[in-house]
Amino acid sequence: MTTCEFVTFRICDQMFGVSVSEIHDVFRPAAMTPVPLSGPEIAGVLNLRGRIVTAIDARSRLGLPSSTKSKGSQRLAIGVERHGESFGLIIDEIGDVVRLEENAMEQNPVNLDATWSGVSRGVYRLEDRLLVIMDIDRMLAGAGSEDAAAAA
Amino acid sequence: MDDLLSEFLTETGESLDVVDVELVRFESCPGDKATLNNIFRLVHTIKGTCGFIGLPRLESLAHAGETLLGKFRDGALDVTPAAVTLILASIDRIKTILGHLADTQTEPAGDDRDLISQLEDAAEGSLQSSLPPPVVVKLESTKGAPAAAAADGQGEDNGLWDADQGRYLRPGEVSLAELEAAFRSADGPETQAKPATSSAPVVEHDEDRKAGIGASTIRVNVDVLESMMTMVSELVLTRNQLMQMLRATSDSEFKTPLQRLSGITAELQDCVMKTRMQPIGSAWKKLPRIVRDAGQDLAKKLELVMEGEETELDRQVLELIKDPLTHMIRNSCDHGVETPAERVAAGKSETGTIKLRAYHEGGHIIIELSDDGAGLKTDRIRAKALEKGIIDAAEAMSMTDAQIHRLIFAPGFSTAAKVTNISGRGVGMDVVKTNVELIGGAVDLKSRQGNGTTFSIKIPLTLAIIKALIVGVGEHRFAMPQLSVLELVRTGKRCEHKIEQINATRILRLRDRLLPLVALSDILGLEEVDENDHACIVVMQVGDTRFGLIVDEVFDTEEIVVKPLSKRLGSMSEYSGATILGDGAVIMILDPNGVAKSVSGADRAASRALEDAARATATAALKGSGECTSLLLFTAGTTEPRACPLALVTRLEEFDASTFEMTARGHVVQYRGRLMPIAAAGGTIRSEGRQPVLVFSQGDIVIGLAVDAILDIVEEHLDIQLSDSAPGVLGTAVLKGKSTEVIDISHYLSMAEPGWAAAVAQVDATRTKKRVLLVDAHPFFRNMLAPMVSAAGYDVTVASDLQEARGRLTQDEAYDVVLADADGTAPDALAEATSARIVALSSRRDTSTVLKSDRNALLDAIERAIRVGEAA
Repeated sequence: MTTCEFVTFRICDQMFGVSVSEIHDVFRPAAMTPVPLSGPEIAGVLNLRGRIVTAIDARSRLGLPSSTKSKGSQRLAIGVERHGESFGLIIDEIGDVVRLEENAMEQNPVNLDATWSGVSRGVYRLEDRLLVIMDIDRMLAGAGSEDAAAAA
Repeated sequence: MDDLLSEFLTETGESLDVVDVELVRFESCPGDKATLNNIFRLVHTIKGTCGFIGLPRLESLAHAGETLLGKFRDGALDVTPAAVTLILASIDRIKTILGHLADTQTEPAGDDRDLISQLEDAAEGSLQSSLPPPVVVKLESTKGAPAAAAADGQGEDNGLWDADQGRYLRPGEVSLAELEAAFRSADGPETQAKPATSSAPVVEHDEDRKAGIGASTIRVNVDVLESMMTMVSELVLTRNQLMQMLRATSDSEFKTPLQRLSGITAELQDCVMKTRMQPIGSAWKKLPRIVRDAGQDLAKKLELVMEGEETELDRQVLELIKDPLTHMIRNSCDHGVETPAERVAAGKSETGTIKLRAYHEGGHIIIELSDDGAGLKTDRIRAKALEKGIIDAAEAMSMTDAQIHRLIFAPGFSTAAKVTNISGRGVGMDVVKTNVELIGGAVDLKSRQGNGTTFSIKIPLTLAIIKALIVGVGEHRFAMPQLSVLELVRTGKRCEHKIEQINATRILRLRDRLLPLVALSDILGLEEVDENDHACIVVMQVGDTRFGLIVDEVFDTEEIVVKPLSKRLGSMSEYSGATILGDGAVIMILDPNGVAKSVSGADRAASRALEDAARATATAALKGSGECTSLLLFTAGTTEPRACPLALVTRLEEFDASTFEMTARGHVVQYRGRLMPIAAAGGTIRSEGRQPVLVFSQGDIVIGLAVDAILDIVEEHLDIQLSDSAPGVLGTAVLKGKSTEVIDISHYLSMAEPGWAAAVAQVDATRTKKRVLLVDAHPFFRNMLAPMVSAAGYDVTVASDLQEARGRLTQDEAYDVVLADADGTAPDALAEATSARIVALSSRRDTSTVLKSDRNALLDAIERAIRVGEAA
């Protein structure tokens, strides 16, 4: 029986999980530079230890209302390295690392919104709530379906 | 790939480059033992390594080459150009095989008997002197049993027993003992690398340079350098932060060590930057060979002189200019230098010199390529350009020689009467130009008939580090590559310069030019901060387009390290990358090309949005005779100022006169995807330089009026004091205290576009002022007709629609004639409001209406209506 470790985090009211191996680091995005004319889910670009990180606003990507938190230091981002580029996914809160059995993951409910089912690999039933396992590649790719398909 | 194999490929590739150069040098001074030994050693090394890692095909080919070289070395054979060509051909074959190896990691199928047998023949002194050497297929295997070799060869080296190897030597093979001797007498590899890069086909051996360079280089993976670069940038940022903290505290024990750290960091940064640099000579390595081959093929005597090989530039840039440079060298060989006979006839030496020179100049590298050939044949280029439709007859006559010469950069241009092996395939200098411009460089040329041609390429030192201007719009900051920035202009109330508007298009008068402006905030969709107060204008030149970019602030120039954009953002043409500034902030680098592209788009959108507003104000401008009118003052033909109502002018443009084309009906220019006729307002249409043009548009018709210079825009009461019989003049008005001719635009426009039929009528100046009400929904016609009718001696009132007209008519009955537009409205509807005669106007020819643009007919109709009214 194989198990997998997931880093959990909260976006809005929903808990998400991403495989530990996919996450590079977690950081507080500071001094973000907005990029005019870019898509709404691009929160901006920032300097993380000399690398330029493209920050993706997870709420905007998932079609959720934007955060009421000020743009200050309270925000958190998950750092991901993909195809030699650095990305930061801006989330609301970071949670624990949980170890779950791979077999226990269930398929996406059929009535899940298309945007959500596009970025969800499956769902775990935890004791008190549901944990959506996020497909980071698709999350980072544009909302455009070709990008998502190519990343998959 | 297998480490061993990849190392072999790199090493062999380098060795072969050296062999190329050395061979060409060797050919010109066959007596140079050192050069020959070096070539021999290199070829032997290649052969040995091939055998070691099991590449039989390469090995046998290298071996055959080595055999021939051995004969030269021993003095058994004389060095002939044909033999050298043969060896060079073998080197090429080896390169082809190496290329295949790099791709597939296996030797390609097939063998090289053709070459090998020729090499062997040559080694036996029986090479035919014809070029290219005939392909002779020999059936004997060159590789294998000593018996076969012995049977084959009668040469003195053949069939010898080599005690060290325990077998008979192959044809021409040398014993190990001999090899040892050759090695000892040859220079070591470390002292050979440098002179190879600095050699020319005909240069004497440069012993001094050779001696100076030691074995001080190692191979470093480019990735390692890149990551070093990144880390140093990071270190610099950290240093900056520390220094900032230090400044905040007045006295600190960290002060001295931090300053030392700062100095060392700066030095380290310099050093790491230098690792990216390479001498330009490494891109020139192949050129001597190319010149030599071209000389053989074309039966010309050529000499390549290279200067400034040690000039360093970024390896990325280096890679990018290699191909354009090769192409240009080939061109010089083929088109530039004449045949020996022609040269002698022209009183020059038989040997043509091609000179390649590189040097630094203000953050750029200049590469000059000059030949002492015949120079560009201006007449032939002109004829060819005409034939290819690149220019028209009028342009051909009016262009200067220098302009004609630059036509060789035009796409699809190739003057070679016949396509040769060397050049003339039609993908010529335009590709060179495009490639050089791609890396932010520029190409130009100078040519004197009979004295040769000089091309100069100006390229930035590096692509990774650029000088950039940091500009601000609102809270945003952007970096703008300084290469495309011409100058900065500050505008505002207390400044000399002011942003002006024509039909919602912003322009700036900059010296004698009109500069179209576009706001960066518009391009990027940012909120605009009140730009008229104190904006900065970044004057930019992108290709042939010159425009001003309005920004709120200009901060500083900084050397920035360009980092590529994430693919997630990469599709945006406005940005070329991102960078981290000294304060640690990330900012976007604007792409001048992308910005220039959106210039036309942005002002189109702006003009659309403001068109309605403009229409409303235009009406007010000419309403009643007591109000002020905006007039555009310009000169045309004479030095006296002339004027026309500004509201009539759609845009002010400036065209490069070389873009004008001649048609049967006169000058036209391509403007926004269509042809625009150009008429001259008095003077002549320029044939070169910049031509200011007033653009008028009405519906689908767009017409340009060429003027000499645009002087000013004044807002004054337009009282045309005396009508003039000169064609094209409505009358004279006093503007800014000077008597100014107000031009009849319809006259000039009719010259360019017959649709605007117009004529000049004698006007009865003594006529008592009759009152005319002009009703036209279109501002263009209101603005055109009102001054025209007014100049004919009538008192004109303007209304923009029937309702306004009805209002005026009911308030004031005293109109003699009503001129009403029948295109958009029904003039009859006014009949009940007035007893005055109604003349229906149309912009189309129609029996029931009067043609608006026909001045004669219109004035006749007014006159007739007044007479009818008086009679009634």
